Amino acid sequence: MTVQEVRLCGLLLQEHFGEVVEKVGTELLRSGALNLRALAHQTGIQLDLVKKSLCVLAQHSMCVFGPGRRGPGGPVEYTVNSERILYMLRYPRYIYTAKSLYGDTGELVIEEILQRGQMTMSSTVKTVADRLTHSMEDGQSMEYSEVIAAFTRLVETHFLQRCPLMDNAGAAGRTSSAVSESPAPAAAPPVQPENFPDCYKIPQIHLTGRGKRRRSSEDGDAEERGTKKAKVDSAAVCGDEGIYWQVNFERFHLHFRHQAIISAVASKLDQTSSEIVRTMLRLSEVTTPANATYTQALSANEIFRALPASYNIGRPILDQYLTLLVDDPMEFVSKTGDSGGGMYVVNLHRALANLARATLESVVQERFGSRSARIFRLLLRKRHLEQKQVEDFAMIPAKEAKDMLYTLLSENLVQLQEIPKTPDYAPSRTFYLYTVNQLPTARLLLQNCYKAVGNLIERRLFETKENKRHLEKSQRIEAILASLQASGADAAQLTEVEEMITPPERQQLEALRHHINKLDSSENQVDETIFLLESYISSTSSSR
Amino acid sequence: MAGRGRGRGRGQLSFCMEAVGIGKGENLPPSTVQPTQLFPPLEHKPVPLQTGEEAEYMLALKQEFRAAMKTLPFYVRPAAPKKDVERYSDKYQNTEPSDNTTEWSPESTVVPKHSKQPRVDKEEIIRKLETLEKKEEEVSSDEEEGEKKKTEEEEAEGEEEYDEEEFEEETDYIMSYFDNGEDFGADSDDNMDEAIY
Repeated sequence: MTVQEVRLCGLLLQEHFGEVVEKVGTELLRSGALNLRALAHQTGIQLDLVKKSLCVLAQHSMCVFGPGRRGPGGPVEYTVNSERILYMLRYPRYIYTAKSLYGDTGELVIEEILQRGQMTMSSTVKTVADRLTHSMEDGQSMEYSEVIAAFTRLVETHFLQRCPLMDNAGAAGRTSSAVSESPAPAAAPPVQPENFPDCYKIPQIHLTGRGKRRRSSEDGDAEERGTKKAKVDSAAVCGDEGIYWQVNFERFHLHFRHQAIISAVASKLDQTSSEIVRTMLRLSEVTTPANATYTQALSANEIFRALPASYNIGRPILDQYLTLLVDDPMEFVSKTGDSGGGMYVVNLHRALANLARATLESVVQERFGSRSARIFRLLLRKRHLEQKQVEDFAMIPAKEAKDMLYTLLSENLVQLQEIPKTPDYAPSRTFYLYTVNQLPTARLLLQNCYKAVGNLIERRLFETKENKRHLEKSQRIEAILASLQASGADAAQLTEVEEMITPPERQQLEALRHHINKLDSSENQVDETIFLLESYISSTSSSR
Repeated sequence: MAGRGRGRGRGQLSFCMEAVGIGKGENLPPSTVQPTQLFPPLEHKPVPLQTGEEAEYMLALKQEFRAAMKTLPFYVRPAAPKKDVERYSDKYQNTEPSDNTTEWSPESTVVPKHSKQPRVDKEEIIRKLETLEKKEEEVSSDEEEGEKKKTEEEEAEGEEEYDEEEFEEETDYIMSYFDNGEDFGADSDDNMDEAIY
C-alpha cells in the first residue's frame, strides 16, 4: 500500500462518500485490519458514524470483514480493499462501455448498480424503467420486460454477477419459496463470486408493468393514487429477495484489454487484421480463463467461418494476413500447429508487455524529447550498454548523450549496473553499464500516475473551493430563473434576474467550468494509462 | 588506496569520474544547493487532451455520477457540531443534517452478525447484577429494620433525654458547648437590679 495509493483512495472516498467515510477508509488502509473499537478510537469518530461508514463500504464491497487475529471468538476485524476503491476512477468508462454494447438501457442498469453497490434485479428494473420513462416523450413509458431483457443479456455475458452470500445461517432462512434457487455455499470463509455455482443464474421474478413518470404539479390526485398503488406493488414479493447483483469488474477489464490489443493491431497494421484479431478474441472469450498467457488455439478454418459477413475476404487472403500477423515483430499472434489449416493463438501477455513498453517509450519521448527516447529504446533493446556504446549506437554527440543519460538516470528511468573486474570494486577497474528494467520502470510510472490523479483531484477541489461564492450565487440565480419560468413570468423579469450576474462574474464562471472540465477529462485519460500499466504488472506477477 | 580519499578530500567521489564519462576539467552543470522549484518550467509542453464525442460523454458521465452520489444515502455527513449554549431559536431551526440513511438499511447479508458470545455474556452479567441488587436490597432492608427498631425503643425512654442522647450520638461536639438560648430568659425574673448584658 503505497503513499500515493492511500492518498488517491482517500480523495476518491471523500468525493463519493464524504469525509467521515474517507477518515475511516484511510485509517483502515494505513493500519491493515482493525476491529470496530480500535477503529473508532484511532479515528476519534463517534461509534455510530463509524458503523455507518463501514456499512457503506461493505455495501460497495470495498470492505471485507472476517474473524480477527484472536480467532472466531474474538472481535470481527475489517479490511479495506484498495483496488476496489481505485476502480471508482474508471466508473465512467464502464458505463460508456455498457452503453456502446447494450444501448441506453444497459448503460442505466450499470450506472444504477455502480451507484448503489449491490441491488436486487427487481429494484434495478423498476428504477431504470422510471428513469427511462422520465426522459421519454409524454405519453410513452418503458416496459419492464425490455429492461429485464437488457439485464438478462448483461448477466449472460457475465458483466453482472451475483454477490456472494456472507452469512450461511442467514442464507438458508432467506431463500423464499418463490425463488427456485440453489443451496447456499457450504464453505464458511468469504466465497469468491466465481466459485458460487449459480453466479450467473437469473432468478424467476414476477414483475410486469411499465415505468412510472414523475409529474411535477399537475395530476396531484392521480399521482397520489398512483404512488399508493406503487407502494402496494413494491410491498408485494417479486420473488428475488436476498439475491443481490454487482458489477463484474474483471469481465469489463478483459473487454478493455481486448480493445487495447485490437486497436494496437489496427494502428500498426490495418483494419482487416484488427478484425481478424477481434474474431479470434471473440471466439476464445468463453474458453480462455481470465489471466491466461495466450488464448486457446484456433484453426484458420474456424477463423474463416467466424469472420463477420461484411469482410468477405478470400481464404488465401486470410492466410496471408495471418502470416503477416505472425511475422510482425510485436508478436501479437503466433502459430502453434499446422492442423486445420494452421493453429493460431493470440499472445495476451506478450501483447500487454508490448503495450506497456510503448507507453514507457512515449512517456520518455514526451517528457525528454525524441533523442532521449531514442536512447531509452536502445537500452530497452540492447539491455546493457556502456557510456561509449550508447553514444555510438544512438548516433548522438557525446556531450549531449551524457547529458540526456544523466537526466534519465536522475529520474530513475535508467539504472547503472556495476560489473567489477576486481573484488575491490575499484572505480578504474569496473564496468559501468546503463540498463533499463521494464517491470520496475512500469511500477514507477504507475505510482507517478496515481500521484498525478491525486494532484488533479486536489487542484479541482481547490478551484471549486476558491470560487464557491460565485458558484453558489449562480446556482441560486438558476433556481430563481427556473421557478420564475415555471410560474410563467414574462421576459422582462427573466432578463432582470439574469442580469444579476455581472459579465466579469460570468467570465469567471466560464473559466472555472472550463478548468474543471479539463481537470476531469485529464483524470479520465490518466486512468487509461493506469489500466494498461496495472494489467501489465498483474500479468507478469501471475505468469511467475 | 581506498582509505586515502576518505576524510581528506571532501570533493572526491567513490567512483572514478572518467569511467562514467566526465573528463577532467570539463565544465559540469552547476550543482544544485536548494530543493527543486514547486512548478519547474516545462521544456516540452504536454500533448493536448483527447477530445471527441467519447471523451466528452465520459466527462459528462463522471460529473453526473459525482453529483448523484452526493444525494444518495451513502454520503455520510459528519455529526452537527455542538453549540456552546442552547439557544431558543434551536427549537425552530432544523439544524441537524437530514439523515437520509433512514432510506437505506444495510442488508443483514452485508453486515456481520456479531456472534452470540457477547450477548450471552451480557445476559449473564445482567443476571448477576440482578441477584446482587436483590441481595443489596435484603441487606439494606435488614439494616433499615434494625434502625427503625432502635429508634422506637429509644423514643419510649423520654423525649428530651433521648434527643440529647441522639444528638450526642451523631455529632462529635459536646452539646453544652453551644448555649442554645433556652436558659436566656429563665433567670431574669429573680433580680431586676442586675443589668443584663
